[in-house]
Amino acid sequence: MIASGIRWPMVAATKSNNEITRELVAPNEEELPIWWYVGMGLGTLMLAYGAWAFYMSLTVGIGTWGLTNSVGWGWDIINFVWWIGIGHAGTAFTIFFLVFRQRWAASINRTAEAMTVFAVLCAALFPLLHMGRPWLAFFIMPYPNTRLLWVNFNSPLLWDVFAISTYLLMSITLWYFGMVPDLATMRDRAKNKVSRAIYGFFSMGWNGSMIAYNRYETLTRILGGLAAPLVISVHTIVALDFSISILPGWHATILPPYFFVGAIFSGFAMVLTIMILLRKAFKISDFITDKHFDAITNVLKFGSLVIGLAYAIEIFIAWYSGVEYEMYTFLNARATGSFSTAFWIMVFCNAIAPQVFWFKKARRNVWILFTVSIIINIGMWFERFIILISSLAEDFLPSSWTDYSPTLVDIGIYVGTFGIFICGMLLFIRFIPIIAVNEVKAFKKDGN
Amino acid sequence: MEKKYWQSIEETRADFKPEAEEKETSMMEVLANEANDKSSSRRDFLKWCGISFFSATVISACENPVKKAIPYLHQPETLTPGKASWYASSLVDGNQFCSVLVKSRDGRPIKIEGNDLCKFTGGGTNAITQASVLSLYDDGARYKYPTKNGEKINWEAADREIKKALQEAGEKGKKCYLVTPTLLSSSATELITFLKAKYPALEFVSWDTVSYEAIRQAHNQTFNIPAIPDYHFDKAELIVSFSADFLATWLAPVSFANRYAKTRKLSDTKKTMSQHIHFEAGMSVTGSNADERIAVKPSTELEIIMELYNEMASLTGNPVFSSPATDFDTKTLAREILSKKGKAIIVCGHNNEEAQILINAINHMAESYGNTLDNAQPLNFGLDSKEAMDKMIENMEGGNTELVMFYKTNPLYNHPKADKIKEAMANVPISVSFATAKDETAKECTYILPDNHYLESWGEAMPKLGTYTLMQPVMQPIFNTRQFQSSLLAWMDMDTDYHAYIKTFAERTLFPKQNEYSDFQQFWLNTLQAGVFVTDETLNFNINLSQVAISDAIARLKNKTSTAGDIQFMTHQNVAVADGAYANNPWLQELPDPVTKITWDNFAAISPKFADENRLKDGDIISINGLEIPVAAQPGQAYGCISIALGYGREYAGKVGDHTGVNAFRLLNDKAFPWNVQSWEKTGSGYEFARSQTHHSMEGRHIVRESTLDKYKENSKAGNEIRDYHLKHMVTLYPGHKYEGHHWALMVDLNACTGCSTCVIACQAENNTPVVGKDEVRRRRIMHWMRIDRYYTGDAENPGVVYQPLMCQHCDNAPCENVCPVSATNHSHEGINQMAYNRCVGTKYCINNCPYKVRRFNWFQYAKNDKFDYHMNSDLGRMILNPDVTVRERGVVEKCSFCIQRIQEGKLKAKNERRKLKDGDITPACAGSCPSNALVFGDLNDPDSRVAKLVKDPRNYHLLEELHTLPTVGYLTKIRNKKG
Repeated sequence: MIASGIRWPMVAATKSNNEITRELVAPNEEELPIWWYVGMGLGTLMLAYGAWAFYMSLTVGIGTWGLTNSVGWGWDIINFVWWIGIGHAGTAFTIFFLVFRQRWAASINRTAEAMTVFAVLCAALFPLLHMGRPWLAFFIMPYPNTRLLWVNFNSPLLWDVFAISTYLLMSITLWYFGMVPDLATMRDRAKNKVSRAIYGFFSMGWNGSMIAYNRYETLTRILGGLAAPLVISVHTIVALDFSISILPGWHATILPPYFFVGAIFSGFAMVLTIMILLRKAFKISDFITDKHFDAITNVLKFGSLVIGLAYAIEIFIAWYSGVEYEMYTFLNARATGSFSTAFWIMVFCNAIAPQVFWFKKARRNVWILFTVSIIINIGMWFERFIILISSLAEDFLPSSWTDYSPTLVDIGIYVGTFGIFICGMLLFIRFIPIIAVNEVKAFKKDGN
Repeated sequence: MEKKYWQSIEETRADFKPEAEEKETSMMEVLANEANDKSSSRRDFLKWCGISFFSATVISACENPVKKAIPYLHQPETLTPGKASWYASSLVDGNQFCSVLVKSRDGRPIKIEGNDLCKFTGGGTNAITQASVLSLYDDGARYKYPTKNGEKINWEAADREIKKALQEAGEKGKKCYLVTPTLLSSSATELITFLKAKYPALEFVSWDTVSYEAIRQAHNQTFNIPAIPDYHFDKAELIVSFSADFLATWLAPVSFANRYAKTRKLSDTKKTMSQHIHFEAGMSVTGSNADERIAVKPSTELEIIMELYNEMASLTGNPVFSSPATDFDTKTLAREILSKKGKAIIVCGHNNEEAQILINAINHMAESYGNTLDNAQPLNFGLDSKEAMDKMIENMEGGNTELVMFYKTNPLYNHPKADKIKEAMANVPISVSFATAKDETAKECTYILPDNHYLESWGEAMPKLGTYTLMQPVMQPIFNTRQFQSSLLAWMDMDTDYHAYIKTFAERTLFPKQNEYSDFQQFWLNTLQAGVFVTDETLNFNINLSQVAISDAIARLKNKTSTAGDIQFMTHQNVAVADGAYANNPWLQELPDPVTKITWDNFAAISPKFADENRLKDGDIISINGLEIPVAAQPGQAYGCISIALGYGREYAGKVGDHTGVNAFRLLNDKAFPWNVQSWEKTGSGYEFARSQTHHSMEGRHIVRESTLDKYKENSKAGNEIRDYHLKHMVTLYPGHKYEGHHWALMVDLNACTGCSTCVIACQAENNTPVVGKDEVRRRRIMHWMRIDRYYTGDAENPGVVYQPLMCQHCDNAPCENVCPVSATNHSHEGINQMAYNRCVGTKYCINNCPYKVRRFNWFQYAKNDKFDYHMNSDLGRMILNPDVTVRERGVVEKCSFCIQRIQEGKLKAKNERRKLKDGDITPACAGSCPSNALVFGDLNDPDSRVAKLVKDPRNYHLLEELHTLPTVGYLTKIRNKKG
């Protein structure tokens, strides 16, 4: 195997395969801790609020949102892009792992992929719900129909439909196939018939033979290879939703790479948040080591620098272009005007705060790690807010400039997606090994 | 096991199956048998029928109830279902006048257009006229039958009792009163005279809420003739206005806007325009159009009038009287006026006799009479008498009144002494209201004898001497109402058919005034069809100025202004609800005020400086002379004056008008100087206005391009220089659209547009645009397809104001089209950016990507929704809907379609007539309604069309042209006639 540039013990202590299995499936087999129930209760409450908001949007209309006739997209699309961004980490980890052979990612990518699946599910809810007539959502599917209607392939929204659905399918597939050997382990360890049957069904008759491993490895590599361009395409296309338009602040070629890096950035921050929590909750610090966090902070530092550069370039180009509308959006509305608070929060959270990771002390301090990872995701939310709202609320004709503020329904849907995410993740850690047991076993010797 | 007995020998066999069992097949088996291609039995057939009926019932129960369209049993000969008929009529309501054409579809009037044959109005309309048709269908507010003390009564009984009262009053020596506003109709006036003859106890009181009496009285004083001349702004080179909002509300705004625009339009062949100087306290539509606007408080304004008179008098050698000195350079103005002798026009909007006398004198010195002022055929407005009204109130209080009747007047709401009248009415045994719809006065009256809406009435009006217009019903009265004049006829024991009466009236009075027709019937039908009849009769108007009147006027005016306080207020009507009569009309309530863009409310306009000094922010509620009202800092408001619109704060108008805004009539009084703010204070509470526009600066962008006349004369492209730069840099890789047939375009002359907002209502009426209510306007979700953007330029204390009508620009390179994932918005081969509502799923991407933000989203279900309880929530209210235009569902995007239904209609008409479409055949609602003809629609591919010529005008530019959206709507630069 090609040796990785980053070398450190992937498993902190020398453990036998049996020990690894036992320790990693412990969360699935032990009694449920209290916090799990608390979390599930909280998640359900959030879901209930979300369900009410969802119901209002569907029955009364999206007039219950804070949108105006100038600001046609608000919290709906901000949250959509935000979740899609978070949903980038899983696939990115898989690619780190499978394509770039970053084997340290092995112990993280299961959770990262689970996060991706739930995040993309949350994200996918918004484009559907933000339609004026969601019951006619099938109109955007290009299928032969008796009305002889066809979709508009010029519209980035249509590309979105393909990009997101493909991405969702691919991330579920990757996640699921990566799980098969572990599901077989769970099947073998199952103590009752029902769970044995269920794990047995999903493990598809995995027998752990060399042939099975060979085919499994080949399949995951192929899927990894297929997923790699998708990671780039999905957020590029989300960025094109904005780039293709003519609004100042949207109409820029920098958006696709900038969105892509932003997505990786926010996704990794979310992974960091979740891994810190999991490491706190379960005895897995032998598998998720400080070195893992170090590696993640490296990506975050890189992302932060790129994003900071992108912010600077945007402002520079706005000035350099001499286009008055661009200049207004970047220099007035964003940097100094109505949206300056949000803008500077964004700059601080995304471009400045992560720089703390240059210091080893900060990287080693779980509290700093945790706080900054949250700050980054707040910052990334504000980034989407700035892009969406400042461009829409103050565009070309000042007569149409409006204020924008969300309503309880807007907030409810966002909270509801958190409910989906939290409940989903809690169910995931309950029923599926949070760290890929078989992968860790395979690489445990590295560095030892 | 139970022992089984056999009934027949067959039963003993092993393979026997009882018949009954065989028959009890389950429904699934029946279905299976059917599927197995077994022939079905009669029984199966019945089962199938059962299933079908059951499922049909279930399925149909989920559907909307079926509404049946019942065809005519006997179809009227002149009526084709689906085809509109047009009738000429007139809107006459007090001083409101407009000669109109009414569009009627399947027996119901749905749209009002201006009558082009009427030279006086010039074929335009105003917002109130456009919206008047909606009041016809005001289900909630209209009175539906005659009542006595709230109980239903029949007409005969009511007539009997009122006749008795009229009779007995005379016998008892008591008075009876009939209160009406100015009646433009000579037939109605004549009828009242007859009634007075029959019942001598009856007195006739004419009273207007917003009065022009002073102009009439001033002419009586100065020229000994109580008349109001007709103001020919079209003949003027210099217009000086003192608070006369003649483009929006003063006297005959439709006519004046039309005439004014004629002097303001520019072209390569006409590079001259009038100069307009405007003095006023609050920012009015007219003031905002002026070349030079001087913001002064009312007392200063009156002083300027005195000084101007003196300056002019000294220059022309007339007697000069002492007057207070002002800061304004009246000398220069006097010289300017005198240099334009016979071509100047000076108007004053104050209903102040002394000021009007001085204005008459100034006009006399400027030789306006006979030139810009038409005194031969004067206006017929302002026939009211405050004195008569006051006397009536006194008499009512004294208990010497038997009967009081109110026609089109609502003094309990809009009389300054409303409370007093209300108390006095307790002393009057019988009171009658002829109100068509709920009002505060009718509420207190014994009898309500509801009058027809004007679209259900016969009538005639004479807005000015020699111009007669007819009013004809467009439909049968919807409710059990009776025309006011018919009631009068009934009380004179005459035939109540007013149609017959007005016909004989026309035969008696109008027919002899012409010699075109020898047969009356022919004359009548032709006049009725045209709606207007013009004679050349003139008034003998002797312009000998009475100097006595002037010296007296100055003396009195000086006295008045000497009692003026530091802070004053001014009331005005706005273009929407006028004196409150239209307060229950949701279109008008939601019409943004042209200047402030505030909807659904009135407010106290204060100057920004005053706001800063007193730390008042928009929406803070202050109390002025006891009246609590929210303030709005209004750029251009005179410092020291607070302006408030009348007509709001109705308490009994209907669900739309009730409690919107504040009743400013309460501020009016009889004091010598009536506009003093004795006390004002902050109340500490706040209010949020519903504005359709909240950002007022153009941010230095080239949105409305403006220049001055001098620069324009040097270079026709003045103000529009940047266009060359944009055109030079316009490059594209893509081939453009090809328009082989028509290529529709609209041109907007910013110099002619006054911002009056008539087009906004016209568009709403034509295109079934919903009303969304105050809260939704606050959320910036107003649905108007056409809006008027208003920007301020320059200094906040006295800014320049520019208006820009904005509808869909129908870009040839439309940014909205390529982003729609379902192609719901697309480009027609005639250049129209069209919406397929059925296809729209509501992603709103088009809204975001439209740089002009003209697209509107149906945030809610606006029709048939109790949350939006306006006209679209009642069966009667929905009668207004234009059947040619879809009512949009919740969740779809909509916008201006260039009135595609009218384009289609025009094309079909030309095709049926086997001719080519010609310029002017098709007019969208906005262009058709405009009193100043600022909007021109036509085919760019027709080189002779007006638009094809205008698009080549050097003043033409397209909005945000640098984005290369290639709009087909063009704007002609705004040129002001001022120095620099």
